[in-house]
Amino acid sequence: MTEHLDSKFGQYGGMYVPELLIPALDQLEQAFVDAQQDAEFQQEFMALLKDYAGRPTSLTLTRNLVSNPKVKLYLKREDLLHGGAHKTNQVLGQALLTKRMGKKEVIAETGAGQHGVATALACALLGLKARIYMGAKDVERQAPNVFRMRLMGAEVIPVEAGSGTLKDAVNEAMRDWSATYDKAHYLLGTAAGPHPFPTIVREFHRMIGEEVREQILDKEGRLPDAIVACVGGGSNAIGIFADFIDEADVKLIGVEPAGKGLHTHEHGAAIANGTKGILHGAFSYIMQTSEGQIEESYSVSAGLDYPGVGPQHAYLNDIGRAQYASVTDEEALNAFQLLARKEGIIPALESSHALAYALNMADEAEEETLIVVNLSGRGDKDLAHVHKILTGEHQDG
Amino acid sequence: MDRYAQMFERLDNAGEGAFVPFVMLGDPDPETSLAIINALIEGGADALELGIPFSDPIADGPTIQKAAIRALKSDVHPKDCFAIIHKVRRQHPNIPIGLLLYSNLVLAPGTDEFYRQASEAGVDSMLIADVPIRESAPFANAAKAHNLHQILIAPPNASDETMARIGELSSGYTYLLGRAGVTGAETAATMPASELIDKLRQVGAARPILGFGISKPEQVKEAIAAGAAGAIAGSATVKLIEEHLTDVPAMLQRLTDYVAGMKAGTTHS
Repeated sequence: MTEHLDSKFGQYGGMYVPELLIPALDQLEQAFVDAQQDAEFQQEFMALLKDYAGRPTSLTLTRNLVSNPKVKLYLKREDLLHGGAHKTNQVLGQALLTKRMGKKEVIAETGAGQHGVATALACALLGLKARIYMGAKDVERQAPNVFRMRLMGAEVIPVEAGSGTLKDAVNEAMRDWSATYDKAHYLLGTAAGPHPFPTIVREFHRMIGEEVREQILDKEGRLPDAIVACVGGGSNAIGIFADFIDEADVKLIGVEPAGKGLHTHEHGAAIANGTKGILHGAFSYIMQTSEGQIEESYSVSAGLDYPGVGPQHAYLNDIGRAQYASVTDEEALNAFQLLARKEGIIPALESSHALAYALNMADEAEEETLIVVNLSGRGDKDLAHVHKILTGEHQDG
Repeated sequence: MDRYAQMFERLDNAGEGAFVPFVMLGDPDPETSLAIINALIEGGADALELGIPFSDPIADGPTIQKAAIRALKSDVHPKDCFAIIHKVRRQHPNIPIGLLLYSNLVLAPGTDEFYRQASEAGVDSMLIADVPIRESAPFANAAKAHNLHQILIAPPNASDETMARIGELSSGYTYLLGRAGVTGAETAATMPASELIDKLRQVGAARPILGFGISKPEQVKEAIAAGAAGAIAGSATVKLIEEHLTDVPAMLQRLTDYVAGMKAGTTHS
C-alpha cells in the first residue's frame, strides 16, 4: 500500500469510496505529502495567502459585546480574508496541488456557494477550469453567489437529484470525479469526505490556529481558556483547533446548528443527535434513519446545513478532547445582530453560531476567562436572507 | 452447494457465458419487483444482481438513482427486499443471487446482522459499491461467517497491488468494470477488456463478469470473446422498467425478451 498518512482518526474516517477512486485518492495523498516537504510549494502557498488572500488575519478584542468584566472575548477575523471566509485558505492549497498533479480541471461542490466562490477565485487566479455542482434549490436561493462564480469563469451545474441541496451536490461531484480523475481534481470543500481530504483540509487551514497562538501570546501573554468555532463539516473549527489539540488547558468547543431545536427533525447537529455511519466516503457521525438512509439536515445557515461531520471531530468528541454544543437558529440570529450593533461587524450566520455559544459562556463565567471565537466568515452573503426573516417574511427552509 | 461454481460449471459444459441482469429490489413496488425478477429468470438470466435502495448512491448514474427513488417512495425497507429474495429463492433454489448495495445500509443493523439476514434470505454474494479492497476486511469476515462470497471490483485503472489483492481475496466472481464513471448505459464499456482479464487470470482471481456500460447482445458477445465469464447489464435493464411503469404486463414481456436477447449473446462462437 502507498499510504503515508493514517487514514483514520480512531475508528473514524477511512476511504469508503468505489475502488475506481482509490488510485485518485492515493495520487492526491502522494502529491500532498510531497508538497508538505517541498520548500518551493510552501513558499508559493504562503505568498498567495499573504499577498493575495490577506493573511495573517487580525485578532480583534471586542469592546462592547461582553458585559462581564471578568471575560475578554477575541474574534479571529477570517471574515477579513479575500473571498469573505476562511475557505480561501485551503482552496488555494488544493488548487496548487491540482497543478502539481498536472491536472487542469477542478470539480467542486457547494451549498451556499462560499466554497464555490473560493474555488472559482482560486481557479481564475491559477488558470484552472472549474465546474461546480450546486443543488438546484441552492442555485435558486443563492443567486448572488452563483453570479459571482460565473463572473470568475466557473461553470455552475445545478443538481436536481435527491433533495437538490449540498449532500446531493457532493454525490454528483463524486460521480463526475469517478469518470474524470485522470484530468480533474475534486476540490472538496470541508474537513469531511474520504481520506486524505480531512487531513489535507486541516493542514491547509491550520495557520488559523497558529496565528491565534502567536497573536494571543503577544496581546495577553498566555494561551486562551477556550476556543469556539462553528461546525458543519468542520473545516474552520479543525483549522483553529489543530495547533491547540496538545494544549490540554485550552478548551476546544465546536458548535453545531440546532436549527429549530434538537427535539425537531430540523437541525444539522450530527455529533449531538446523529449516529455512527458512512457518508461521502468517511465513517463518522451522520444523520440517518435506523436503516441507514441519510436524512436531510436543516439550518438557517446554509454552510452548516450538512447531515455529517468531519471524522476528526467525531474522534475529538469521543476522546473528550473537544466538546460539541449546539445553538438554534434563533440564538444565532440574535448573535448576528448583536455583533453588528455592538462592534460594527456583520458575521456570517455560520460564525454567529460560535459567537452565540461564546456569549453564553461569557455571561456565566465566574473567573477570569479568555475566549477566542473563530469568526469564520462575513455576513454579506446572508443579508437578504436575514432581512427576510427579520421583516417577518416567510422563512424558507 | 456453491451456486456460482455450479453455474460456471454448467455454462462451461454448455459453451456459454453468464448473463446477469441487475434490478433494484422494490422497484417500483415489492409486488411488481417480484414479478420483474421472475420475468428475468424466465428470459434466461443465469444469475441475479439485486440492489437495495439507498438515499445517496454515489456510484450510480441517473437510471439506477431513479429506481432507488421509486422504491423508497414505495416505502421499501431492507426487510421488504429480503422478503422478495426469500420468495425468489424458494422458487429458484439454484440461481446465484448477489446483492449490490452501499455500506451504510450494511452498518445500520450491524455488519454481522446484515450478513446473517442476507444469508438467511438466500443471498449468495455481497458487493458493496463504496467499500474498496482496503476497507473490506470486516465485511469479508462477516461474509465468511455467513457463507457468503464478498465480491470485489476490478477497475480498469487497478494497480498491480490491487490486482494481487483481488487474486488473493476474491471469491464467487470478480466484478470487472468495463469503464470508469458511474453506472449507466449512455456511455458504453470500453472493449476489449482482454488485458485486464488476462491479468486477473494470472493472479488467480475469481472469474470475471463484466459490468458498467453493457446494454447490447453484441457487447455480451465481445465480453465473452475477450475471456470474461459473463456480463452484467444494470441500467439497460432498469431503463425498461422505467419506460413501462404504466403497463406492467408489457414491462414484464419486454424484460423477458431483453434478457433472452442478451443471453443469446453469451454463446461461444
